[in-house]
Amino acid sequence: MIFENKKKATLILADGTEFEGRAFGADGSVVGEIVFTTAMVGYQETLTDPSYCGQIVTQTFPLIGNYGVNSVDPESNGSVVSGYIVREHCEDPSNFRCEGDLDSYLKKYNIVGIYDIDTRHLTKIIRESGVMNGAIVHGDFDREAILAQIRAYNVGKVVPKVSVKAKEYYPAENPKFNVVLMDYGYKFNIRRELVKRGCNVTVMPWNSTADEIKALNPDGIMLSNGPGDPADNTEAIQTLHDLIPAQIPTFGICLGHQLLALANGAKTEKLKYGHRGGNQPVKDLALDRTFITSQNHGYAVVSDSVPAEAGEVSHVNGNDGTCEGVRYHNAPAFTVQFHPEACGGPKDTAYLFDEFIELMEGKKSCR
Amino acid sequence: MPLRSDIKKVLVIGSGPIVIGQAAEFDYAGTQACRALKQEGLEVVLINSNPATIMTDKHMADKIYIEPLTLDVVKRVIEIEKPDSVLSNLGGQTGLTLSMELAECGFLAEHGVKLLGSNPETIHKAEDRQAFKDTMEKIGQPCIPSKVVETVEDAMDFAEVIHYPVIVRPAFTLGGTGGGIAQTPEELHEIATNGLRLSPITQILVEKCISGWKEIEFEVMRDSKGNVITVCSMENFDPVGVHTGDSIVVAPCVTLADKEYQMLRTAAINIIQELKVEGGCNCQFALKPDSFDYAVIEVNPRVSRSSALASKATGYPIAKVAARIAVGYTLDEIVNQVTGKTYACFEPALDYLVVKFPKWPFDKFVYAKKTLGTQMKATGEIMAIAPSFEAGMMKAVRSIELGMDTMTKEDFTKLTDEEVLKKLEDIDVDRSFCVFEALKRGITVDVIHDITKIDKWFISKLNNLVQLEKWLAEGELTQEKYDMAKKYCYLDSTIERISGQKIPERRLAVYKMVDTCAAEFSASTPYFYNTFDRENEAAEFIEQHPTDKKKVIVFGSGPIRIGQGIEFDYCSVHCVWTLKEEGCEAIICNNNPETVSTDFDTGDRLYFDPLTKEDVEALIATEKPYGVVVQFGGQTAIKLIKHLTQLGVRILGTSAADVDAAEDRELFDELLEKCNIPRPKGSTVFTTEEALKAANELGYPVLLRPSYVLGGQNMIIAHCDSDVTEYMTIITSHKLENPVLIDKYMMGTEVEVDAICDGEDFLIPGIMEHIERAGIHSGDSISIYPAQTLSEHIKRVIIDYTEKLAKALHVIGLVNIQYVVYDHEVFVIEVNPRSSRTVPYISKVTGVNMVDIATKIILGAKLKDMGYKSGLYPVGDYIAVKVPVFSFEKLNDVDNQLGPEMKSTGECLGIAKTFSEALLKGLIAAGYKLYHEGGVLISVKDGDKHEIIEIASRFEALGFKIYATSGTASVLNRNMIAASHAYRIGKGDPDVIQLLESGKIQYVISTSETGRQPSRDSVKMRRKAVERSIACLTAIDTANALLDCLEMHKTVNDIELIDITKI
Repeated sequence: MIFENKKKATLILADGTEFEGRAFGADGSVVGEIVFTTAMVGYQETLTDPSYCGQIVTQTFPLIGNYGVNSVDPESNGSVVSGYIVREHCEDPSNFRCEGDLDSYLKKYNIVGIYDIDTRHLTKIIRESGVMNGAIVHGDFDREAILAQIRAYNVGKVVPKVSVKAKEYYPAENPKFNVVLMDYGYKFNIRRELVKRGCNVTVMPWNSTADEIKALNPDGIMLSNGPGDPADNTEAIQTLHDLIPAQIPTFGICLGHQLLALANGAKTEKLKYGHRGGNQPVKDLALDRTFITSQNHGYAVVSDSVPAEAGEVSHVNGNDGTCEGVRYHNAPAFTVQFHPEACGGPKDTAYLFDEFIELMEGKKSCR
Repeated sequence: MPLRSDIKKVLVIGSGPIVIGQAAEFDYAGTQACRALKQEGLEVVLINSNPATIMTDKHMADKIYIEPLTLDVVKRVIEIEKPDSVLSNLGGQTGLTLSMELAECGFLAEHGVKLLGSNPETIHKAEDRQAFKDTMEKIGQPCIPSKVVETVEDAMDFAEVIHYPVIVRPAFTLGGTGGGIAQTPEELHEIATNGLRLSPITQILVEKCISGWKEIEFEVMRDSKGNVITVCSMENFDPVGVHTGDSIVVAPCVTLADKEYQMLRTAAINIIQELKVEGGCNCQFALKPDSFDYAVIEVNPRVSRSSALASKATGYPIAKVAARIAVGYTLDEIVNQVTGKTYACFEPALDYLVVKFPKWPFDKFVYAKKTLGTQMKATGEIMAIAPSFEAGMMKAVRSIELGMDTMTKEDFTKLTDEEVLKKLEDIDVDRSFCVFEALKRGITVDVIHDITKIDKWFISKLNNLVQLEKWLAEGELTQEKYDMAKKYCYLDSTIERISGQKIPERRLAVYKMVDTCAAEFSASTPYFYNTFDRENEAAEFIEQHPTDKKKVIVFGSGPIRIGQGIEFDYCSVHCVWTLKEEGCEAIICNNNPETVSTDFDTGDRLYFDPLTKEDVEALIATEKPYGVVVQFGGQTAIKLIKHLTQLGVRILGTSAADVDAAEDRELFDELLEKCNIPRPKGSTVFTTEEALKAANELGYPVLLRPSYVLGGQNMIIAHCDSDVTEYMTIITSHKLENPVLIDKYMMGTEVEVDAICDGEDFLIPGIMEHIERAGIHSGDSISIYPAQTLSEHIKRVIIDYTEKLAKALHVIGLVNIQYVVYDHEVFVIEVNPRSSRTVPYISKVTGVNMVDIATKIILGAKLKDMGYKSGLYPVGDYIAVKVPVFSFEKLNDVDNQLGPEMKSTGECLGIAKTFSEALLKGLIAAGYKLYHEGGVLISVKDGDKHEIIEIASRFEALGFKIYATSGTASVLNRNMIAASHAYRIGKGDPDVIQLLESGKIQYVISTSETGRQPSRDSVKMRRKAVERSIACLTAIDTANALLDCLEMHKTVNDIELIDITKI
């Protein structure tokens, strides 16, 4: 009987709140930073997004796993999510590309999950108190010990964990450009979008130096997304700072956007509970158009910290007005906080990749 | 861009009467639009022929024309009012088409009127078949490939190109006769040959068959800057082949991975960008279940039923935003009312699932085909909000008012396994229940999927319900089992029935909020649904918003169906408005997504939930109201009264005991006796023998009806013993536990009165008289205010009886009484101590806002304090004629002969200085084409043959050629009226069908003793008239009224248009 013998699991928050649920995914317990995403589809992309490294992800949409999992949709090799919280996971998924169910997938990647949680209630707590550490525990536990672990937890500097260790090369069919993709934990679709547009992509580890990159003589540099506090990545920031005089066309996404801003002397701040989902409106100030974007970030560039001589804010969030993009004056570079590569989420801003190509073609100066 | 400075006065075109496929959702959209425009300080002129709507209310617009929605009339309104712009995209297809015509004929340009919303080019690209195809091709969006061919060879060639299976649709055959699906070249050869033969122009359409594909919809919004968002995605439970209006629908999509979802979302955005829609747009797609192939099925560049559903499903007010966009605003400037902080330029995130379930009229039309296809048949729908599909279905099934509380349909439990398997092949209104039955029999998800093509996701979820019910039925009902059942939203009573045990520790539902953003932002708009979780957001909300106002809950009327339509939503909404004005906190509970009442800012709080005892109990426990109102929500709300009284809730208005006294036959008879008011004689019977005896004692004709609603067998008029026997046979086959009521049927003048009573005084805003004599349901009769033929004496008797009845029933608020005047004597037929169908119309034409007054009275006010004298309100300057509107062309096999059982889906109003003029307007509004020459086909029952002579001679005098069936023809000929003989079907040339197809007939007058059964000739003739759009009159009185109009020799253009705000 499908309703019986479901193992108990508990979600414990740093403030002591407990939610009782049921266990799924890998057995065990896990501590992490609890965040929520409001995306209603794309859970497999979420689970494989390296930017979630060190975090326990909550899905606000209650029915997860409906279409199962497959081997095509992952955005990285494996999953680095610490834990997974859902209201209901689907045991009988249905989709022509389905190769397995969510539960087995979590087990395979050793992700501890909990379901039967009132995720709306949980989301409201995070919204009100800000991002919070917590733990998922399967079975019985020592409350005080777990709470101590929760309180001591810090996501830390996780970029090295998710970046390639050595350079990788992805040729395009009819190559027009050579692009270096700085890997701070990149989503595969960034690479795909570039290759699709005729870019041979060289994926470089996060700690590559400016000289190593210049030695490749790239037509453009793509700065990837990634996890954690941007300010922790001092080497990467230094590298980007060193690259400015080279005047190489550069496009940055998410963490890449934050790192370039830091390299130019701007500041970043932690948002109360971040932006995660596929419905975030972003206004392109030059076009005076608002686009629906995919987002996943807990930090943002402080708008008025961007030095005027270096660049200016080009995009803002339609909901809270935070900085969503910077256009640089001191280099042919532009960066955005959101994810034009989508996967999951809307593809409405994929045109930015075209602009990057135009920038490399020299057709266009940086808008 | 802010408000356009060149717009000051806007004409809003409504959607007209409620018909299948165009219902209350456009009142909702229109009302939102009018409010938005007025908030912008614009002057709003409204035209809509439907008097039961909120949008035609004085609150809604500055100038209101309840006039026929024809091009000429709209032009005249523009000439009178001189608006600077017309809003095209909020009045359904009717409004869109009229706007298009106004633009295309150059009228708008000539008069300097701008078209707001969708422009003509957009409408053309979306509506014209070829233009649409070309447009989609241009932007690389696949359509369903199809080709018109005239030979079998061409058909075969094209099929090779598009691959089998293909659908063949012969041109100009009705109901798709001669078409079909071909899987192989051999089959196509046969079907195409046959189809070409049957098509009068030897033409067939060969189309790629995509039945079985998933049907997916997106609601998209765009503004003048090109900002575009998708408000909501929806997935149909039924695959392509069933009209989306007839499908169970969930929001958001559930079986699509991000890749498929974004593919279709991007397609929807590209389409709206190409069409340059400014406002809302609906895109329907078919998605192949085993690949990324898809096709665009349809695009509606306007608000629609789906957009109403999307609005309620997400909390995003599509119509309001569309109206603001139309007058110049852009999405990034319009504040999201729900959060109050963010803007309309975002996409709602849901943290629940919505299930929409259609309401079909087949409990009324027992002989009609229940199969579903591309023609929509549902009259209404309900929506359920829940954390899972299973819970949503459980809420849906009890909201739809079929007397069910689980997915088990009693009829199916009696079938054998083989019969269930066979039944699964039927694509009809009961399919979801049949799937459930099949799962109960152990038929696997795969087998069911292979037969039905319903996605396995849905079937598996239904299987979870089956498994849960099995689990409940086995062993002890533990707290764990109970909690699981509650999670799936089973009612306590259902759990007790299935388990056969008492509930361990009872739990009441708590509430979650609908906030457009999945809790990402704190929301300020109180829109709730019930679940079984720990946190009660409604209770928190109430605590955080303390008030010393009296809290009053208004219960709504549920899904729109024949007999309980939009008028009750009008009443509920008005009640809420008045409650708010009177300083109360008004709380609405309803489950119909098409209505104004379920707009989250109509009341102070909205609860979107089923209207059952337990759901209501949870609401009472959370809200702890001062009182509740049930008299405005039709039968759905009033039937809660006993339960609410038992819960100890204060009923505002007429008490439960008094409602009972009006509804219980014995109590009612006692009351009438006490008041000395006569009613038609009658008795109660159980058996056919008793019925025959009673019928003969009373004397034919007699009226038969069950004392409770039973499988759709409602009332009939029996003229002879065999009618009684036929009726009783059907009724007794359903294991008779309740008696059948049998009454003397009096063919007199039917009179209807709506009154307001405060316990001391009473007010009758107007007496309405029906054109058709008693025997035709009051909802299907043409009704006139003020009554035209009643003597002063009769009126005095009616007023007297109304007072006596209102007082005897201790009516506080509204009461509706139906009388029949027979032989100069007044008899009571029925008393309904609640609001009625006629309240909106009588309020609008008399200027007496009945619901407003009644609401004040139930709060304790007195008529005399409001300045009203007891008795009949003085008659005004205008005559108003309400004409019913039917949806017969949508319902195959329904006999369109009117009778005691209601069949109309909506109504129109004609207002003028004289009766004939008002009637003419009403008939035109209802869609009658008034021809002044041509032919009339007459075939009447013996009882009508005497009266038909006069009618035929009047038609003859007008120059019409008369055709009649044998009996009628001989009566006419004997009376010196030349009538050509029309043969019975297949008995000669021309027979009635040939005649109707010949185009020689403009009017049909057909009455028969019995009807209903589709096999009868008379029914076939009337159906043919429906198919050919020939006006078919099924009562002598209607024919007389029509003649009154024709004899005036006027058209609507000759009659003054009236702004009802000036009445």
